[in-house]
Parts: sequence; structure tokens; C-alpha cells
Amino acid sequence: MHEKTLAQLSQALHSKTISSVELTEHYLKRIEQFDGALNSFITVAPELALTQAKAADQRLADGTATALTGIPLAHKDLFCTQGLRTSCGSKMLDNFVAPYESTVTARFIEAGAVTLGKTNMDEFAMGSSTESSFYGPTRNPWNTEHVPGGSSGGSAAAVAARLCAAATGTDTGGSIRQPAGFTALTGLKPTYGRVSRWGMIAYASSLDQGGPMARTAEDCALMMQVMAGFDSQDSTSVDQPVADYSAGLNDSLKGLRIGLPKEYFASGLDAATADAIQAAVKQFQALGAEVKEISLPNAGLAIPAYYVIAPAEASSNLSRFDGVRFGYRCEHPADLTDLYKRSRGEGFGAEVKRRIMVGAYALSAGYYDAYYLQAQKIRRLIKNDFMAAYEQVDVILCPTSPTPAFKIGEKIDDPVSLYLTDIYTITANLAGVPGIALPAGFANGLPLGMQLLGPYFSEARLLNIAHQYQQVTDWHSRTPAGY
Amino acid sequence: MALDRTEVEKIAHLARIALNEEDIPATTAKLSGILELIDKMQAVDTQGIAPLAHPLETTQRLRTDAATESNQRDAYQAIAPATEDGLYLVPRVIE
Repeated sequence: MHEKTLAQLSQALHSKTISSVELTEHYLKRIEQFDGALNSFITVAPELALTQAKAADQRLADGTATALTGIPLAHKDLFCTQGLRTSCGSKMLDNFVAPYESTVTARFIEAGAVTLGKTNMDEFAMGSSTESSFYGPTRNPWNTEHVPGGSSGGSAAAVAARLCAAATGTDTGGSIRQPAGFTALTGLKPTYGRVSRWGMIAYASSLDQGGPMARTAEDCALMMQVMAGFDSQDSTSVDQPVADYSAGLNDSLKGLRIGLPKEYFASGLDAATADAIQAAVKQFQALGAEVKEISLPNAGLAIPAYYVIAPAEASSNLSRFDGVRFGYRCEHPADLTDLYKRSRGEGFGAEVKRRIMVGAYALSAGYYDAYYLQAQKIRRLIKNDFMAAYEQVDVILCPTSPTPAFKIGEKIDDPVSLYLTDIYTITANLAGVPGIALPAGFANGLPLGMQLLGPYFSEARLLNIAHQYQQVTDWHSRTPAGY
Repeated sequence: MALDRTEVEKIAHLARIALNEEDIPATTAKLSGILELIDKMQAVDTQGIAPLAHPLETTQRLRTDAATESNQRDAYQAIAPATEDGLYLVPRVIE
């Protein structure tokens, strides 16, 4: 059963070939069997899942089911779930059970999907390897000595190992696309504002965006149909009609103009990844697309700008964790300042503390103009690059990461080296444009990813292009050995 | 830009984060490395470029100034470290 895609499972549920309870029990057994070695889940919720599965079977019987009804999913552990722990991968929120449901998870519940549990992640979504979680690192099912990417590495590993049909992730600097690339999944970062951020624990508010992580573009389309849409509770949510993401999947790519940014194929790009992208280019040409070189001249400034803007926003967002109203509180504080400092010093991990401090520094008197203001100006230059590129091409094709998944422990003590792994993904977050990552090959048993970046609200077109590629390639249908 | 120990201690205080004595040298080195990375953008001439705070450049949506939330104090306080009579308890500040 776990070999089937979400779309195939949906058909099986609707044709009564299988019940949601049977499917849920099957995935729960797989989690029990395999997750000890992967650590992709922080919390598994068998009772909740089976209750939801029974309700889903009732809906499937009485004709009120949606495409997602009865499908077992996992959610990144920063989507607040009422009555189920939401830890954000942090000791700070180890005991946090949200008194409300995030809009994204509420929409899945409304659609009748089943929540198997909450997946591991870099603490507060700060990381590119899922090694900074309070609950220990997640391992890549393609090779357990390697990272699954981050920060949505738990969701990536769980889907790749077929421990759930699909999962949610969030992408602040590449946290859906990079782990999708490292684990041979398809992951979509929607346009900023397309998916509600209400009930998502905030890292960097002007960059964070939730999205689907699944086996195929077709599955991502089904997930997006539930996730996308206006939410009056999120002041950054965009009030625009939601596309029918499945309707155009089979549209022809004839005449599609694809741009290859020359800056993304410079030194530092792994040779096997470059070869995989060139092979994909040929596939797209065979499907009728036209390919041309373009330039994103300010792409090299994205990492410095991101590592000012994201920490600045994080230092503000994470100021709410003060040990008073919820979360970790230190023992025997001497006074209120000691309560704040020790609760935060003991409750946050090293990377979170570093980013809060960088943010506090960048926003402090005397440095604001040189750091924060300058970064926001560079952000406009990067957005302008995209706008100019989309006058020449319909989409941009590039790698998701400079290399395949690196080894656990290889970069964790060198934050700058780890930051550079997001060099190809961060520009889309700064500009707010959507991007889809999909598997494009393998090297030494590890997946190689590519991404397609499109203009604002072009998610349906990106899913169409990815789906057409997946009709003529089989990278997405391969399963890691032993799973 | 390389930071020294005094500056790191000052930033940690501003951020209300207690650092262990033994962590300060490594924190100083890593923060200095990060600042060196972000200092690369200082070389870019951005005169006349307007900062971009929101990717879509939309303005904040407003709503009628009216209370819409119901009182959920019990639910919110159920997850607090310490409460009493509907109030959050914090350590005594003034003896």
C-alpha cells in the first residue's frame, strides 16, 4: 500500500479497495518498524490518527469525502495542533500543547485527512540539515549516514521512507525545496501569502511559507488544493482566487520558455548535479520547451541579505519566549531578568541563540542602516532581477543545492558552511516567488534535485511542468532500499 | 567584522540570553564568521534603491476596531509554568 502515491491511495479509498483505518494502521506499523533508525517523527499520534481514520471511512461511505479524505499525513512540528504537542524541535516548547489549530492543519482536518504525527525539524526551522533539533538528528533514508536536509528534514525522511503518504513543510530559505532535493521528493514553496501562516510558529515572518512535500507533482497539487487560500486571521494572506491545481497538469510544454541563470552554474556546483540539470534541460527540450541563458546578477548577495533579514525577524518573533506564559522556565531564577536570560539560554539551542544574537546586533542602534536597511535594499535588487528575468522566460530552472546530501556532522560546527548550502533557494524567499523542487537524478545512491522558479502565483504552471517531466522520467518513483 | 568578548556579552544581554562561560569563545568566533559573511553586502552601492520589506509590497490589511475573540483564559493558562487565581505567577522581584 505504501508504494502507492497519494493520488493512487485516494482512488483506492474512494473505490473501497482499502479503508482509511487499514491504511492508517499500515503506516503506523511502518513508523514503528522504521522510525527508530530515521528519527523522522517527534510525536506519533496513533489514537488521534485512528479516530480520524474511522471518521474518514464514514465520510467515504456516506459520499461526503474529498480527495484527501482518509489519507494519512504527517505535519512539520511547527504547525500548531490543538491537543497534540507542537515542539518546533525545541526544548523551549517540549511541553507545549497549543490551545488552537493552525489554519493549514485545520483545512486538512476539514478535508478528512488523517494526522499520523508531527515531524522532526531544525529547531525553530533554523537550519539546513535537521541536526539542530532538540530531539536529535533525522537521518536520510537513502543513506542514513547523511542528512535529509532541513529544516523540514523530518517530513522529507518520513515521505521518502514511505512512513506517510505526504507531509507538510515550511520554507523560509529553502526548507521545503532543499530537503526534497536531498530525498528525491517533490516539494513546493508557494508564493508568499498563498498559504496561511496562522498557527505556524514564526521564524522570519516576511519569508516563511508553508507548502506540500510529496512523491509527485500530482500529489503536491492535491495537497495545495487544501492548503492554499485566503485566511482573514493572517494579515499577510493574499485575497486571490485559488487555482485548480490538478486541472492543468497535462497541459503541453510546447513553447514554454525556460531560463538557466548563469550565476547558478558557476564554481561550487557539484559536477553530477550539473550533469543532471543538463539532462533535464534536454528532456524539457524534447517536450517542446525553449531554453535560454539568463542572468540573476544579484543572486550572490542573497545569502548575506538573508542572514540579516531572517535573524532580525527571528530576534523579534522569538522574544515571546520569555519563560512566563508558556514554554520552558528555568529553575530558581533570582529575578525577572535572570528568569528571561536563563530560560532563553537553557531553552534555546546554539543555532537559535546565534541567530537571535545576530538579529539583535543587526537591529541595534548604530548598525540598523548598515545591516538591516542595506539588506532590505539588496532584497529589492534581487526581486528586480526576477522581474526582469520573467520578461524573457516563463520559468527559471536551476539546482536546489550545490551538492547532494552531506554527511551528518560534516557541517554542523561551521555555521557559515551550512548557510551556503541554501545558496540556490534563498533568492525565491527574498523575492517571494514560488518554486518547486523535484528529483532529477542520483549520484552514488544519493538523490540530485532541481528546482523551477516561476512568477508570483504561478504554482499551477510549476506543477504542470513538473508533472510533465515526471511523465517521461522515473527519478520520483524510486524507493530507498529497505523501505 | 570581528567581535570581541565584551561585545558578545553585550549582545547576549540585549537579547536576554544567558551564555555559559565556556561557550563564549566559540560563540564569539562563530558570530564573527557570520558577520564576515554578511559584511560582503556592504560593498554594494544601493543609493537610490528603496528597501523592500514585503515581497508583494502590499499594505497591512485592517479590520474594524472591534473585539472578536472570546475569553479563552483557562485554555491559555493551562499550559503556563505557574498560575494562581487566573494570573501568571513569576518569581518575586522585590523582596
